[in-house]
Amino acid sequence: MACIQPDGSLSRSGELILLAVHAPATPQEVARETGADLFLVRAAMREFMQAGYVEKLGDRYQVTPQGEAALEGAKAEKIEEIT
Amino acid sequence: MDEKERVEIRPLPRIGDQAPAFEAETTWGRLALEDFRDRWLILFSHPADFTPVCTTEFLAFQELHQSLKDLGVDLLGLSVDSVTAHIAWLRNMEEKFGVKIPFPVIADSDRKVAGLYGMIMPGESKTETSRCVFVIDPKGVLRAMIYYPLTTGRNMQEILRLVKALQTTDQHGVATPANWQPGEQVIMPPPKTMEAAEERVQQGMECKDWYFCKKKL
Repeated sequence: MACIQPDGSLSRSGELILLAVHAPATPQEVARETGADLFLVRAAMREFMQAGYVEKLGDRYQVTPQGEAALEGAKAEKIEEIT
Repeated sequence: MDEKERVEIRPLPRIGDQAPAFEAETTWGRLALEDFRDRWLILFSHPADFTPVCTTEFLAFQELHQSLKDLGVDLLGLSVDSVTAHIAWLRNMEEKFGVKIPFPVIADSDRKVAGLYGMIMPGESKTETSRCVFVIDPKGVLRAMIYYPLTTGRNMQEILRLVKALQTTDQHGVATPANWQPGEQVIMPPPKTMEAAEERVQQGMECKDWYFCKKKL
């Protein structure tokens, strides 16, 4: 369940997990909020870190402006699908 | 032996060792052993996709999945097939058996993870992984290993029993007797002093002798 597609856009699970990092959050908190497996959230955070979509503050993760842009992109894609 | 056929034989990991770290491609993206820490993990290998015994095992692991999850255990499969082959096989199981496999499967095409865990038994097959099960605890320590040959599907209830027994041991500092099932009496560790041996017998436990005491949890 890779969270980032080859073109840099977010997969469905990627979007769900990144959205749950609205405030600095631990992987455990994100797993609880999304219902995703903890191991999957940890793998997602590693992938997001490499892409620059989140940054680590102690044991918490926070979405970066690049991550926000990726989320905006996902939102725009959905609107396009609906209209 | 031809150079191409040569299989590197590594020592098997041992119970009580830290489980060998890895990062691998799976049907759920790239996963590392480290991602599973703080929970129990059952890492298991199967010989090949699209084979009947492995298919029955995957269907059985799927049936076990929720019970394991409730015990704080994650499942992670592995074979040397590619991600594409895994996806095709998992989709086939969904189509033919109506069952969605709810756990990731490692595509160990380069046999890196199989090599680390000694999953290939060259005497049986130089290319396929045998039916191995590794039970890894929340601290990443290898707690139990089961090896079955290519021909014989595993007993899922025994895997479940094994995990419950290990968790009971950790929680209560006890051992479990042969054929133990949850709810049955457990074995107290042997006393280390004369005084403790005498106390043990007086404590009202079921003791055949000072070294053989059982109790209900």
